[in-house]
Amino acid sequence: MIHPIPPGTRDVLPDEMRELRAITTALGGAFEGAGYGEVFTPALEYEEVLRTGDATAAGAGYRMFDEQGQVLALRSDMTIPIARLVATRFRGVEGPLRLSYAGHAYRAVAHGSGQQREFLQNGIELIGPEGAEAEAEVIALTLAALDEAGLARHRVGLGDGALYRTLLEGLDVPEERRGPLLDCLSQRDLVTLGRHVDELGLQPGARDLLMRVPELRGGVNVLEVADGPLGGLAREALDGLRALMQALSERGVADRVILDLGLVLELSYYTGAVYEVYDPAVGFALGGGGRYDDLIGRFGDPRPACGVALDVQRVHIAQAAEERMR
Amino acid sequence: MTGNGPKDSAAMPNPSRLTVAVPRGALFGDTLALLDRLGVDTAEVRSNDRKLLFEDAGIVTMRPSDVPTYVEHGAADIGITGKDVLLEAPERDVYELLDLGYGRCEMVVAARSGDDALGEAQRRLGRVRVGTKYPRIAARHFAQTGRQAEIVAVKGSVELAPLTGLVDGIVDLTATGRTLSENGLEVVEEIVTCTARLIANPVAHKLKADRIDALVRQIRGEGA
Repeated sequence: MIHPIPPGTRDVLPDEMRELRAITTALGGAFEGAGYGEVFTPALEYEEVLRTGDATAAGAGYRMFDEQGQVLALRSDMTIPIARLVATRFRGVEGPLRLSYAGHAYRAVAHGSGQQREFLQNGIELIGPEGAEAEAEVIALTLAALDEAGLARHRVGLGDGALYRTLLEGLDVPEERRGPLLDCLSQRDLVTLGRHVDELGLQPGARDLLMRVPELRGGVNVLEVADGPLGGLAREALDGLRALMQALSERGVADRVILDLGLVLELSYYTGAVYEVYDPAVGFALGGGGRYDDLIGRFGDPRPACGVALDVQRVHIAQAAEERMR
Repeated sequence: MTGNGPKDSAAMPNPSRLTVAVPRGALFGDTLALLDRLGVDTAEVRSNDRKLLFEDAGIVTMRPSDVPTYVEHGAADIGITGKDVLLEAPERDVYELLDLGYGRCEMVVAARSGDDALGEAQRRLGRVRVGTKYPRIAARHFAQTGRQAEIVAVKGSVELAPLTGLVDGIVDLTATGRTLSENGLEVVEEIVTCTARLIANPVAHKLKADRIDALVRQIRGEGA
């Protein structure tokens, strides 16, 4: 007799649980030590709340009716519930607020894809301060927390969520053509991106710009390469990244950050810097985050904010792989 | 790093070099020729077709449909495979960097010559039965063209399916159309042109950016 569990969910037995617990303890300890107090929010939210945060976030998840006929949904990330929490429980409280969390989130998965339907996220949100200093604090703390969790070679990839969109606007690309281009970029299908760009019939300089940006990756010198062709069009994004790299360098972690001007994240609420965390031992990102200055305002209490979420199971896989290589 | 036995290095490729997933089959020859031009030593790969892992050259060989799987998981940093494979596995999180131009094939709908089996099924039964090794490409094509299709997944020679009455038509890849016409089939619709693509693992694309960019420049430079 087989009693299955849904694909993308899992049972955890003591040996693995001990190691997972060590990771969440290490990450949580680092966050707490930096002044980020832990909060807890329900796994079930009113669907409308999730939809207020991000139109696509609620649609992909799991919905059910409660006894009143209200639509409930399992949260698909932790940042939207925390935005709701800040706007309601901390209304009128002076910032900055430093919050951390460890909780499960839920996403629909493609059949047989091996993706996780239920996953444990550990992360932080820094609410209140604008600008590079706050983002640098979050990135530096992410790197330090992963040190505590036993990783050594992890890196952060850094881009700007609004950069490519700004470029398309600046080059007067018609609105209806922008969507497909941004989709290609977020899937990193550079071949189809090139075709779409060619169809726009732009000047050669503008065409090169749209093709080159997604390929610009590396150290701070990337910004100089970008400055020539991009300068006028994406001044704000480039200045933001330059200031952030400066702040990271003051914290001594700039050499662990890789600029990636083509980086786009799936969630639509990011308004500025976006980042992902990598470890060379594994082929997937361990987590990510960014600046989301409009999100809390959608719940009625506008405050700029940025944060990061780490996937605990992926951090564990990377930590185990690093251990084997030592 | 400790433990440089073959087993260890298989799981953890040499970090200073790119591991390339190379497709066996129709794209194999052109891919090795491309690697030769890029200065990779493929002599051993050519001389030994049982061996799968060539550590000195940084090459792993596999069937084309496995290439996105290895690259997505970072078991290979970059790989070469057909666009047909990528279209059939859209959930694979890999970056598509270059159209390599070779291995040009057409994804087509084909049916028995002369008797309009597809049109007839559509008119009288309101649906078509389609045999294919590419169920997702086929399902998407018929959905996009507003027709109801029953997709029958077959693994072997798809040409057999319409001849025996299993299906009304097929969706398959064809380079010259010869196998189709030898089996009394003809192309009814063209879906998409497929060529070889260079793909990359998302993490390697950042952590090994210099080497991947150098490779892309080299390939572009020779106008492949």
